[in-house]
Amino acid sequence: MDNKSSKIVLVGNPNCGKSSLFNNLTKLKQKITNVPGTTIENKVGTVTQGKHKIQLIDTPGTYSFNPKSLDEKEAIRVFFEDPSPDTILYIADASNLKRNLFYFSQLAQHGTPMILALNMIDIADFKGFEIDVERLEKELGIRVFKINARTGEGVSTLKKALFQDQFVPHYTFGSENDHTHESHYDSITKLLNKTTKIKTKRELTTSKIDAFATHPILGYLIFLLVLLFIFQSVFTLASYPMDWIENGFGMLGEYLTETLPDGWVKKLIIHGLLAGIAGVVVFVPQIAILFFFMSLLEDTGYMARVSFIMDKMLRGLGLSGKSVVPLLSGAACAIPAIMSTRNIENWKDRLITIMVTPLMSCSARLPVYTLLISMAIPNTPVLGFVSLQALVMLSMYVLGTVAALVAAIVFKWAIKYTIPSYFIMELPVYHSPRWGNIWVNCWQKSRSFVTEAGKIILIISVVLWFLASYGPTTDQSFSIQESATLEQSYAGHFGKAIEPSISPIGFDWKIGIALITSFAAREVFVGTMSTIYSVGDEENFDQLREKMKKDRHKSGEPVYSLAVILSLMVFYAFAMQCMSTLAVVYKETRSWKWPAIQFVYMTALAYFGSWVVFNVFS
Amino acid sequence: MRLTELPIGSIARISSIEDSPYKEKLKEMGCIPGVLVKPIMKAPFGDPIAFELEEYTLSMRKNEAYSIQVNLLNPLFNS
Ligand SMILES: Nc1nc2c(ncn2[C@@H]2O[C@H](COP(=O)(O)OP(=O)(O)O)[C@@H](O)[C@H]2O)c(=O)[nH]1
Ligand SMILES: [Mg+2]
Repeated sequence: MDNKSSKIVLVGNPNCGKSSLFNNLTKLKQKITNVPGTTIENKVGTVTQGKHKIQLIDTPGTYSFNPKSLDEKEAIRVFFEDPSPDTILYIADASNLKRNLFYFSQLAQHGTPMILALNMIDIADFKGFEIDVERLEKELGIRVFKINARTGEGVSTLKKALFQDQFVPHYTFGSENDHTHESHYDSITKLLNKTTKIKTKRELTTSKIDAFATHPILGYLIFLLVLLFIFQSVFTLASYPMDWIENGFGMLGEYLTETLPDGWVKKLIIHGLLAGIAGVVVFVPQIAILFFFMSLLEDTGYMARVSFIMDKMLRGLGLSGKSVVPLLSGAACAIPAIMSTRNIENWKDRLITIMVTPLMSCSARLPVYTLLISMAIPNTPVLGFVSLQALVMLSMYVLGTVAALVAAIVFKWAIKYTIPSYFIMELPVYHSPRWGNIWVNCWQKSRSFVTEAGKIILIISVVLWFLASYGPTTDQSFSIQESATLEQSYAGHFGKAIEPSISPIGFDWKIGIALITSFAAREVFVGTMSTIYSVGDEENFDQLREKMKKDRHKSGEPVYSLAVILSLMVFYAFAMQCMSTLAVVYKETRSWKWPAIQFVYMTALAYFGSWVVFNVFS
Repeated sequence: MRLTELPIGSIARISSIEDSPYKEKLKEMGCIPGVLVKPIMKAPFGDPIAFELEEYTLSMRKNEAYSIQVNLLNPLFNS
């Protein structure tokens, strides 16, 4: 083979093991994917052997060369890029060869060299399929390999072949002027009759598990239990690392207070930066645990069953079974959730899913809820085993979900679109999870959360610190000075300016400042409150809570009455306060119309909801 | 008869597929005249339905299944 580095694309049906093989071949030297579980964008990696390098591209799965959904469009885009791929590495699920070879049969026409990897060879063996690789190589005229992408069996032999000569398939699928699905399937059947045998037909455990997972009553019960288990784990398991992180930042704050020279730099670092960063990092354990469970459910194949049993109900709301993954991922973060809608074929189903997903309680709302609930709700046990605080937290999740479903109905009615939606989906066999890949996924997601959120928070906390510490001079000279009180600062002026519009829902100007900063990202709320109440010396949740509790209006009434706190919680549940989500919605819908509508409807809903709650409770 | 009329566990052969926006999708998933199908389970409320199609499981809504014409092979088959 010559010295120029070649470009090889990894293609095949969804779930045939492309990403597993990709990870195996590139040893994870790759760019980060955005969505846990499934691949939605082409990923580039490098395979090396000695001095030689190959550029390997992992693609989303597709069933044919005629894409039905956006992720499938992305999958075939690699063939239209410049330079076009030198070789197609086609992965087929050996336990389901016929359908897996359909897309192969379409690509075989292109005149591009191909390599065929028969993956899941363990499952094929189990089912009793015998595949004659040599015969298949002869018939097709290309190299064929049996592999197990999970264990890595056969992968090293395949890897060697990537650096050797490759061939264009010479088997004719269909005929010169007949390329219908029927004629291709006909040729595939003939090919398989010559090259495969079925020894014994053994049942996989899949059908036994499905008897429970899709049972009319048990199915929903199991799903509900799974959700409750995840919810419980997010809070109980995460509380330990969260304590360590909080203590760590507390100690760091103390250390910096003692060692840094006094001055504005010190104040900026401790009250601005450290307060802001601590506010995000502390929630990483919860987010990581959420991502962990989401990847687990997808990787094992259970999520497909949830789509299957939820489809009928969701259809009535203008969604589809395929909306389940985005909606549930929305509980972690709306951004990957919205990107994962790309496999929904119907434009209207997909759009509605995008529009309502940000109402699901994402992890950025967690810090806000945690702080507010701890201020207003006593930690008394109810029913013996759950605390009242946990129950209120759970209701916030339910509130978000209900709001999302109701909003979906409204959109279903409002959006006119006549192409009927369908739900034609493979139910993959159950796999035991690949722990390694799940951990990698979790780590990458958490890291990108910290860096993405971190960037915004860093900027905002610096700007906010400046705005809260400095203000216009009282004379008319337009110069700035360090302000004695928050009220006289720029931030104070902003807050005061919007106070009239938010006082009907119970918020004062200080909350107003937090609302403004939170429009960039919700989790900024806690950091803003820390800055406003300057609890910088020790990054302590309890201290902030006490200060906020003690805050009084001029009339002597507490600023944070129960009505105000509940109103704030409802506001954060509904309001569109995430610039990154709006940016993603713009990218995914290719128009400013939808993010604009989303921003307006969610904010209006938040204002109205808060107004109702505030007036009911005060 | 139509695919929706098959009882769970029976086996049939696909004879034709009516025109619809999802006809092509059904075909690329392997619903081709001549192929054997076996309904294996229904979601709660009887919709969608999952079928064993040669070597794998495909689920579709009643609506889509209705567009597929089949010939019943063994009404008594049960597994
Ligand atoms: N039993 C078995 N499972 C595999 C094999 N290769 C991949 N898998 C599993 O198949 C599922 C889908 O794999 P993935 O690489 O994400 O497929 P992709 O959608 O084609 O990228 C995962 O649960 C893998 O663990 C294999 O050779 N044998
Ligand atoms: Mg993949």
